[in-house]
Amino acid sequence: MSISVGHLYPDYLNIYADRGNIAVLEARARARGIDLAVAAVGVGEQLRPGEHDLLYVGGGQDREQALIAKDIATKSDELEAAVAGGAAVLAVCGGYQLLGRSYRDRYGGDLPGAGVFPLDTVAGERRMIGDVLLECTFTGELRTLAGFENHAGRTLLDAGAEPLGRVVAGFGNDGRSGYEGCRVGRAVGTYLHGPLLPRNPWLADWLLAQAVAHRTGGEPPELEPLDDALEAQAHEVSAARARSRGGRF
Amino acid sequence: MRLALELALARAAGSLSRLAGRGGGTTIPGKVLATIDPGAVGALASRLPLGSAIVSATNGKTTTAALVAEILAPRLRLAHNSSGANLVSGVASTLLAARRAELGLFEVDEGAFPDVARRIRPRAVCLANLFRDQLDRYGELERIAERWREAVRELPEGSRLVVNADDPQVGDLASERPEAITFGLDDPAQARPSLQHAADSKYCLRCGTPYAYAAAYVGHLGDYRCPACGHGRPRLGVSARAVRLDGLEAASFELVTPEGARRVQIALPGLYNVYNALAAAALARELGASVDEIAAGLERAQAAFGRFERIAIADRRVLLLLIKNPAGANEVVRTLLAGGAPRLAMIALNDAIADGRDVSWIWDVDFEPLLERLDRVILSGERAAELALRCKYAGLDVSAIEVVPDLEQALDRGLELTPAGDELTVLPTYTAMLALRRIVARRASVPQYWERAA
Repeated sequence: MSISVGHLYPDYLNIYADRGNIAVLEARARARGIDLAVAAVGVGEQLRPGEHDLLYVGGGQDREQALIAKDIATKSDELEAAVAGGAAVLAVCGGYQLLGRSYRDRYGGDLPGAGVFPLDTVAGERRMIGDVLLECTFTGELRTLAGFENHAGRTLLDAGAEPLGRVVAGFGNDGRSGYEGCRVGRAVGTYLHGPLLPRNPWLADWLLAQAVAHRTGGEPPELEPLDDALEAQAHEVSAARARSRGGRF
Repeated sequence: MRLALELALARAAGSLSRLAGRGGGTTIPGKVLATIDPGAVGALASRLPLGSAIVSATNGKTTTAALVAEILAPRLRLAHNSSGANLVSGVASTLLAARRAELGLFEVDEGAFPDVARRIRPRAVCLANLFRDQLDRYGELERIAERWREAVRELPEGSRLVVNADDPQVGDLASERPEAITFGLDDPAQARPSLQHAADSKYCLRCGTPYAYAAAYVGHLGDYRCPACGHGRPRLGVSARAVRLDGLEAASFELVTPEGARRVQIALPGLYNVYNALAAAALARELGASVDEIAAGLERAQAAFGRFERIAIADRRVLLLLIKNPAGANEVVRTLLAGGAPRLAMIALNDAIADGRDVSWIWDVDFEPLLERLDRVILSGERAAELALRCKYAGLDVSAIEVVPDLEQALDRGLELTPAGDELTVLPTYTAMLALRRIVARRASVPQYWERAA
């Protein structure tokens, strides 16, 4: 079996380990006999309906983000159709903001977003930087995500929108709500950048299972477990960092 | 009178810190001084009869300043922060310690440059590059570039500015001062086939179109031009032609200046050190050095501590190569491969403030060409497990990965696996490098970093 990953704007949004997240998806798919074909989707290129089982949007610095904001707004309908059609999405940091409705930068300029996630982001004075630990329950089990955040944007979810997880330590979406990220069906957005999937392999497997379900039209499969001893060790260290020095106002 | 009293107090604090075994006391006196009198740093600097010069950059500032010091040392008494204490407090401590100095020579942290420049009002400034580095500490590249531009505008009239033309953000600062001197590489034979994964600043400063590179040398440094609006690399004032890289040992190039050209051989490896040598040459030239003095100084220079250092331990050697951000680590890997890749390596990752608390950057380093050649890798430091994942997902077999977080144990394991007479290659981050040097110093007799150079 082969699943198709669309990697949006890899030339622009590639700061911090985005290729690591892709490498983890590839390796963990391969270990289950699934072939992962990754295709870049750049500025001016169309997203054809149903083509990608998983879409990945990484993080960038303000300048890169501003350079592609216009383009992502033109893909708004195609992205919403993909999510409605059951494609999985992982949007990280800048990519998370861009898939919201709007982003207001620190000069007061508004960047349009794709509107996949029901949220708006406004740049704040102080950046929220530090280790983060989240608790997530959307898989039906209590799971933790350990990561690092570095964002000026305060992201406000619409009432009733579902966050990705509860903040155990760190700032999260806005440093106040106690929640981080957003989830709409199979689409996940988060500020946790860097090696998110390497040290949180359960999320990689959840995304892969959703992508397979999109491909087959059936239910997400139960993927066979892998030896994740090193992953667990890295997760433990990262989670401990968040508990001892996660950011707060 | 008041300043004299403050100086005595601050110096006493440094001696106490050294006595207490808390390191070199290289920043304590300056911290004391900056606390009791924020204006004192400027007052001390203004006593230097020949003024001060600053070197700032993401990568290479310690080496560049050391090269300038070597060039000027025969002629001038320098106040030079050679131990790498490069914040306001480190500059203040150096000024305190160097009582009879004629010229101040300071490497300055890129975030601290605007503040230090405002205080000491340098007669010359060399700005060499900006790469993504510790975004958790410095914020985004664009912000640092903006702050540098403001600081350049505020430099005293008559201050000389030296910038790396090959870095779009930095080279453009030359437009702020008409008499600025640019430097860069002029040897397309050394170009990489394409921009590296972690390249920054690759979009036109004026219009946002991706630059076209006639040659990309190190990260985003190169000969760039915007195909849409024409914004491109400024003309080179001081340049390197006909570069020859001699593995892990040396490099040579033709140094071209407005006063003439010389073939120069340096005992430092890699293209990034050619950039450091060029930066040093251009700055030393602004400080009055002749082409002959520059060439002679560059040829005498040794590697700045821990950047590329060989230390003997009994019948083996440890080769220390500092890594601290993607662009710098990529050049270390590239140079290591050119010297004949090792079969065993130790990589040590810490996440203290000086290393960057965010360890994500290791995923932006192109470690793959090195890992492909390794039979075994020992991973150490507080975030050794993150390195293990980096290696695992790069395709290294898990059985070839050893995770030994304790630095001393990891070093012992590495030495155990290194045949007698051979060399253990170690790539540590900053605080891991300092800790490893302390361990090695206990066993061999390496001078502590505050004892080196004068």
